[in-house]
Amino acid sequence: MNVDSFRFLPRSFRPYYEGRGPFPGEDEPVWAPFEKRLQESRIALLTSAGLYLKKTQPSFDIERERENPEWGDPSWRSIPGNAAPGELAMAHLHLNDEDVLADPEIALPSHLLEQLAAERVIGSATPEHMSVMGYQERSLDGWRDRTVPELVARLRDQAANGLILAPA
Amino acid sequence: MMPAIAEERRAPRVVGVEFPFGHAFGMPGDRSMQRQVLELALRVLAGASQAGTRVDLDVEWPVPLREAYRAWQPKVASPIVKLMLESGRPRP
Repeated sequence: MNVDSFRFLPRSFRPYYEGRGPFPGEDEPVWAPFEKRLQESRIALLTSAGLYLKKTQPSFDIERERENPEWGDPSWRSIPGNAAPGELAMAHLHLNDEDVLADPEIALPSHLLEQLAAERVIGSATPEHMSVMGYQERSLDGWRDRTVPELVARLRDQAANGLILAPA
Repeated sequence: MMPAIAEERRAPRVVGVEFPFGHAFGMPGDRSMQRQVLELALRVLAGASQAGTRVDLDVEWPVPLREAYRAWQPKVASPIVKLMLESGRPRP
């Protein structure tokens, strides 16, 4: 069975995504072997759903995106693995947020990951996971030069062995 | 959700799910479905032997297509979609 990548995409949007190939300069395969056993590994999650902690973190900047529709906020937020659903908010102008706010595990399954750690499917989950907002300016300014190095540094700080990237 | 695009962009390991946008791990409240996706992602993370590995999950979205197609979309069109509609021309 092959997934239809465009099943839920408006038909007129398909040419904006399909057949564009890799980004310039990113033609070569990307690969890092996963050398540990899952049971000995620490796993992190990253969602692009634009989740943030509503009491302590700023929202992603959707006002600036409204003013400049081709821009998307390239910043990121650290989400504690034990954050309760009610602590989270979502800033993403391209999605209906109702289901994610009702059950954030559909975007960032941190509690499920903790359960898998308790069952010894994985060694552990990182204490914090990561959230970005998936609509980005085509140039990826701010994303490549600032956000990605910060995310990598945070993963290293937390001794993560693997990262599950979850697009929204 | 768009594994073909992840492949084009050279993602090293890809799990494909035929779910609406905003629902990478499945239906809200459906822990069994969410677990299927997360466990498959972990298996592909640890078990893939080469770049470009893609494994698709054979799970059908349990909501009629027309309803699911409408449900994932924001109630107000995104700024870029508004701009496209107003200008009547495609954006890059």
